[in-house]
Amino acid sequence: MQRRHFLQTGSALGAMGLISGCATTGGGSGPKVVVIGGGYSGATAAKYLRLWSEQKIQVTLVEPNPAFVSCPISNLVIGGSKTIADITTPYDNLTKRHGVNVVKDRVNSIDADKRIVKLAGGTELSYDRLIVSPGVDFMWESLPGMNKAGAKEKVMHAWKAGEQTLTLRKQLEAMPDGGVFAMSIPLAPYRCPPGPYERACQVAEYFTKAKPKSKVLILDANEDVTSKGPLFKKAWAERYKGMIEYRGKHNVTDVDAATNTLKFEFNDDIKASVLNVIPNMRAGDIAVNAGLATANKRWCEVDFLTFESKAAKNVHVLGDSIQIAPGMPKSGHMANQHGKTCAAAVVALLMGKEVNPMPIYNNTCYSFVSSEDVVHVASVHRYDAEKKTMLTVPGSGGVSSAANELEGRYALAWARNIWADTLA
Amino acid sequence: MKLPHILTMAALLAATGLAQAQVDPLHVRSWAASCAACHGTDGRAQPGMESLAGANKDDMVKKMLDFKAGRKPATIMHQLAKGYSDEQIVAIAGYFAAQKK
Repeated sequence: MQRRHFLQTGSALGAMGLISGCATTGGGSGPKVVVIGGGYSGATAAKYLRLWSEQKIQVTLVEPNPAFVSCPISNLVIGGSKTIADITTPYDNLTKRHGVNVVKDRVNSIDADKRIVKLAGGTELSYDRLIVSPGVDFMWESLPGMNKAGAKEKVMHAWKAGEQTLTLRKQLEAMPDGGVFAMSIPLAPYRCPPGPYERACQVAEYFTKAKPKSKVLILDANEDVTSKGPLFKKAWAERYKGMIEYRGKHNVTDVDAATNTLKFEFNDDIKASVLNVIPNMRAGDIAVNAGLATANKRWCEVDFLTFESKAAKNVHVLGDSIQIAPGMPKSGHMANQHGKTCAAAVVALLMGKEVNPMPIYNNTCYSFVSSEDVVHVASVHRYDAEKKTMLTVPGSGGVSSAANELEGRYALAWARNIWADTLA
Repeated sequence: MKLPHILTMAALLAATGLAQAQVDPLHVRSWAASCAACHGTDGRAQPGMESLAGANKDDMVKKMLDFKAGRKPATIMHQLAKGYSDEQIVAIAGYFAAQKK
């Protein structure tokens, strides 16, 4: 018992080697990078920092969740053709294979002057460079009724995969046949532009099989479908005829969770059997609280060569939290690309090498219009030195000509590959 | 059939020649890392996707140039290939060819 206790203390001290304040020299001598958030961008950055520095940079990843649950493919859990286990990947390979110190905790604050991150558990981490990748948080202030007691437990967003995904699935299973599932979509920009339309397809496929008298009502604050419009509309008209109704310019301004009612800026109230409210989004709380969200106090502006914040030195921001470049979606694939571009730049900066002056990367985004058939949108993005931003390469990119099963198989292969590239 | 083939080879050779212009190998590695989201870290793919690690460089270049020119049908690669210059394609193919399978 005593020996075991001693060993535990020993490994805890080992992990704390990266922790500063009193222990600045412990646990190695290389430069220190702290990554806040283990999503598609943060986990990728952590892995590639280790790979590309040949393990010379010490990397600590702070993540409150015990495992990575993917937002891409999570609509298939809502539709019932995948389980939450199918989209969950543990963080342990980042530690075992790459030596990333994964700390399961939440960040309370960032002191960019002293270069210290303070965790909820009381630990302080010092850094040479900090990577902030907390994803999005919701602008609940724009939906007053959602702040009432019990509202957030009853009305799901399911826009962060996990418990909310499972709860929404259970609500659909419990809904009587003939019910209405109403989903609201916020004004762009939001995480995963085609995601809501894919979700509508997944719910409709489930209804077709299990509850054929039911309806899917899409209430979109945008004027029209924001991504893959013709392809989704074709699927709705041909595969789910009479089941899916799309209404644009429906901006939700409040929610009465007690009566399952949506209130709009210009339209009449709508009541439904199951509500799915996808709220307006902004950069994750930690980024906003640290003063990094300089674009409308909502998104974080970065230098696209390094992803260094325009508001704080030695602090980089990645993924859905950033003020995107023209034509750049807030997607998991794009976040993975941010992670690698930033990792390469941080390695160069810490090792005294030249930062790549010409980043080029792509986006590939698959949407399931059924449990098997898929449509994609793809784009290639290149740094423009004059405009100092990423621009899509003229003539590149495009969408599927029609939904097809081959791309359904590619989509699942994409998921396996990007999960491994990010986490294994 | 013969003429397009000659043209392809000419383009290939021209592109290979141009790629000799110095590009920092670390920057090429960053470009190639973009492909890893689908084709695996360093081109070592998970099941269901083509591995690029250790593949023949000229074959990869020809395939990409064929995608780019619309000579080779694809679901997505013809759209992605158009985002890269011939020189970049040659450099990236060189990176993957040099990786362990």
